[in-house]
Order: sequence, then C-alpha cells, then structure tokens
Amino acid sequence: MAEENKKIKLTIDNITVEVEPGTTIVEAARLLGSEFAPPTMCFYSKLEGSGGKCRTCLVEVAAGSAADPRPMPKLVASCRTQVMEGMVVKNITSERVLDARNGVVEFLLINHPLDCPICDQAGECYLQDLSYDHGEVGTRTEFVRRTFKREDIGPLIQLHMTRCILCYRCVMVADQLTDKRVHGIVDRGDKAAISTYISKAIDNDFSGNMIDVCPVGALTDKTFRFKNRVWFTKPVDAHRDCETPGCCGKATLWLRGEEVFRVTSRKDPWGEVQSFDGKPGWICNTCRFDKKKSSDWVVEGLTQISRHSVIGANKYKVLDVPKETIREVMDGRDPKLLMDIHAVSDVNNPAIDLSKLNRPAHSGDFEK
Amino acid sequence: MQSLTNRFQPVDRSPMTIWEKMYIPAIAKGMGITFSHIFKKNPTIQFPEKTRPFSPVFRGLHILNRDEEGRENCTACGLCAVACPAEAITMEAAERLPGEEHLYREEKYAAKYEINMLRCIFCGFCEDACPKDAIYLSESFMPSDYLRSQFIYKKEDLLIPDPKEDPEAYKKALGNRASQKKQKD
Repeated sequence: MAEENKKIKLTIDNITVEVEPGTTIVEAARLLGSEFAPPTMCFYSKLEGSGGKCRTCLVEVAAGSAADPRPMPKLVASCRTQVMEGMVVKNITSERVLDARNGVVEFLLINHPLDCPICDQAGECYLQDLSYDHGEVGTRTEFVRRTFKREDIGPLIQLHMTRCILCYRCVMVADQLTDKRVHGIVDRGDKAAISTYISKAIDNDFSGNMIDVCPVGALTDKTFRFKNRVWFTKPVDAHRDCETPGCCGKATLWLRGEEVFRVTSRKDPWGEVQSFDGKPGWICNTCRFDKKKSSDWVVEGLTQISRHSVIGANKYKVLDVPKETIREVMDGRDPKLLMDIHAVSDVNNPAIDLSKLNRPAHSGDFEK
Repeated sequence: MQSLTNRFQPVDRSPMTIWEKMYIPAIAKGMGITFSHIFKKNPTIQFPEKTRPFSPVFRGLHILNRDEEGRENCTACGLCAVACPAEAITMEAAERLPGEEHLYREEKYAAKYEINMLRCIFCGFCEDACPKDAIYLSESFMPSDYLRSQFIYKKEDLLIPDPKEDPEAYKKALGNRASQKKQKD
C-alpha cells in the first residue's frame, strides 16, 4: 500500500513539486500558481476525457524521468501527459514552447472572426487573453474566414459557429451532465461544426453549463445577449435553495444596481467551475435563466476579480451603496438638484428594466 | 533688495514741472499711439463670419460616424465608455431586427448613446479606443447654453447626416480629422 501512495517529484520551470501518481503535467503546474500553468483552451479538469485538442498547453520535457533522462523529442500536450518521477518540464523558460504557442494561437485565430466589439464574451474570453499574451498584431492569412449559416438552437442559448474553436467541451457537458445528448459535432475538418441534430432545442436542465465551459463566445446566454458589457456589471457571489437534483445553487450574479443581468456558475482561477465539497458546482437552467430578481438570491459578497481583468474596470470595490446623509443633515429635506439626470437622460431609464426581458433588447423596447 | 532683472527702475517721486502740469503734450502723445494703430494690421478676426484654421490635433464636439451607405458604425461595444476618464459616455445596446439592415452596420447597435458634455474633458480617448471607426472629435466648438439639460447630447445630436441623403452636410460634419486618422493608421 505504501508503494501506491508514494508521491512523484518533478521539476517545472526549475521549481520542484510533489504530486500524486497519474496527475497530468498541467494539473501539477496549476499547483504552483497561475504564472506557471500552461494556458488551456480545451482541457477542463471537471469533464472526463477533455483535452488534447487545442495544443495551447504544449510544454517541453527536458528529461523524461529519473530512470530514463532522455528528453522527449517533440513538445507534448501537458493536459494529456502524465508526470513521471524526476521529470523536468520547461514551460515559460523554453523558447521552443513560446514559439510553438504563438503558432498555435495564430492557427486558432485563422478562422476566428474579429467581432469582439459585438461578442458578449469579450472581457472574459480566454482566446482574447491568450492572443494578448501570445498572438501577433496582424494576420498572415489571405483566405476568407469560414462562415456558417446561422442556426437557432433554442431560446436560451445563442450559437455563433464562426467563433467556435472546436474544443468539444460543450459536447462533453451534454454527454456527462445531461441524460441525453441532443447536440454534437457534425462534418469533418474545416467544415466541422457544433449543431443540434435537425435544430432540436436544447431543453435539458443543465444545458446552460455549456455557456460556462465555452472558452470563446460561440455559446452565449441569450437572455443576457447585448444587454451590457461584462465590465460594466458588478459580480457578486450568491446562493439560493435549488430543488433541482445536481444543482449546487451557488452562483455569481452580474448586477447593475439592483437588476440581475446574468447568472453564471462560480469560476476558479483556471476559468473552470468551482468545486464545492469535491463536486463541481454546476448550476441548473432554473437558477441561470429564470431567477433574475435580487430577491431570489442571498448575496454573500463581491466576487474576487483578478486585477489583470478588464472586469475590474467596473470600479465596484464595496458591496454596499454608501448611505445618503444629506436628507438627515438637512432636517428631512431633499437636496435641491441643479439637474436630475433621469429627467434628461434616456439611458438606464428606471421605468425600463432590460434585465426582465428574457431575450435581447430590440428597437421597440426602449419606449416607455 | 537684490533685483531679479536689470530692468529695475526706482519710481520718480519728484514734483511735476510746468510743462508736465499742462497735460496737453502727454495727451497728444497718448492719442498718437492710439491713432497709429489704425494703420497697423488687425490682430483679431470677425468670428463667426471668419474662422481661424484649426490645429490638426484640435479636439472639438463629438460626432458618431456612418459608413458610405449611411448605416451607423457604432456597435455599442463600450470601449469608449470604459476608456473615458470622466465617465461621460453611457449607452444601451440592442439587437438588430430583420429589416433594419439599412440602419445599422452590424447585428448589435447602440439603441441609446449619450455623452454628458458637462463631464467631458475632450481628451479624445474615446476616439482612440473605438475599434469601429464610429466616434470622432470634430473641428467644431461645443456651443454654450443657459440650461444644464442641454449638455446631455443624445445619439440624434451626435450622429452625422446621412451621406446618401445629404452628401455635402456629411462631408462637412466629418471634417478632416477622420481622414487624417485613417492615413495615420
């Protein structure tokens, strides 16, 4: 028994770490912290069989193991390579890895449209972050980007096939979280596309988690579509008693004032859903799409946002709104305003709650 | 006291002479200077009939641009609002409906777009941030007004004329700044 529990010692970027046997390199690197972990676009530790498709997590193995210290001839996908005793891994310290990663990003962006100004994922998109860190400013390809006929996959989720990088995470969510899969990847090669067969609506209780696992803006929340940019909303951690079996009821609410614009599952530093008591915190569609009132939720506190994220530009540093003291000081009289902004402005009209619409806003929705 | 320059002169406090008490020569001298300016070049101009040329980096009132077919360029991406140091820009986005393709260039557009000119400092960061060639600071001054409410500029106030309906007014509103920026890029 003692043999089985023996920990494996390996070196990643000159830092030694001890892990359980059978761990992959990327999970060992994640123990060291976010600067050392290779970026991942398709690997998702909570989904069985994910990884090995996007090649962004390539690392150099300078020594295979203590028993056989020869280096591995090619760069390996760290999400699919298990650790060995005495392995020496080079991630950011290797020129070859950085060069290969730049190439991978260039390939991922060949067919990815430059529509970040429209895309609801902008600001929390892993491909955006990745191309900032590793991408070139310009593109070298002269070919027309692939386009697809717009397909409607139901009233809750919006599919933008042009943005898809074929990571298969959503297919695995459908496979592993829901009882019957109604969507998958059809066709092959350049024409491969996510689709529900014969445009069947995805009505499973956990289908909304596909939005959270999608690293790009290919699957987005239709009830939040175009309502606001993520960096103008305030993320707070909240929970509710959800009766759906399998739903953890713990979520992040994206608020603007008192309005709940969007509900997502809580994310860990790797962009995956947080685990609670060893179980991944998936949330059901009732929590995600139907509970858009702040009275439905118990707010726990502000969500921690990385200071490198543009979401920090929302400047929400405290949960509570400061107390208005002028009325108290002036014996119950209201202050005389030189201009009430709501009397002039059309934006954020208190009479119109865009968050209550369960579809994108249209031109007719702005009349009182 | 040590003087800072060598142009230091003590004030003459001695009593005036008879010549000085007559005042006439001094008045004549002063009037001479005044009249001599009639024949000199005028340093002022008759605004608004005449205007001076603007500096190429002048930043005036904002405009919202349209493309050649008259469709609005703005997609309400929010980058101008997040770049704005004065937080003057606010907007609300909407999805384009079928049949509105001639109005908006992309599937998302700004249904409401406002700039609070009381807050704006005309730094031009919004113009730099815009990925869609949609917002420019034009070569015109912001007009003054007696009411604060007049300084909330809405989308209708900022949009430039349709190039298909009124090409001359479109060109005038666009000014030189948009083409200058395009050349620079």
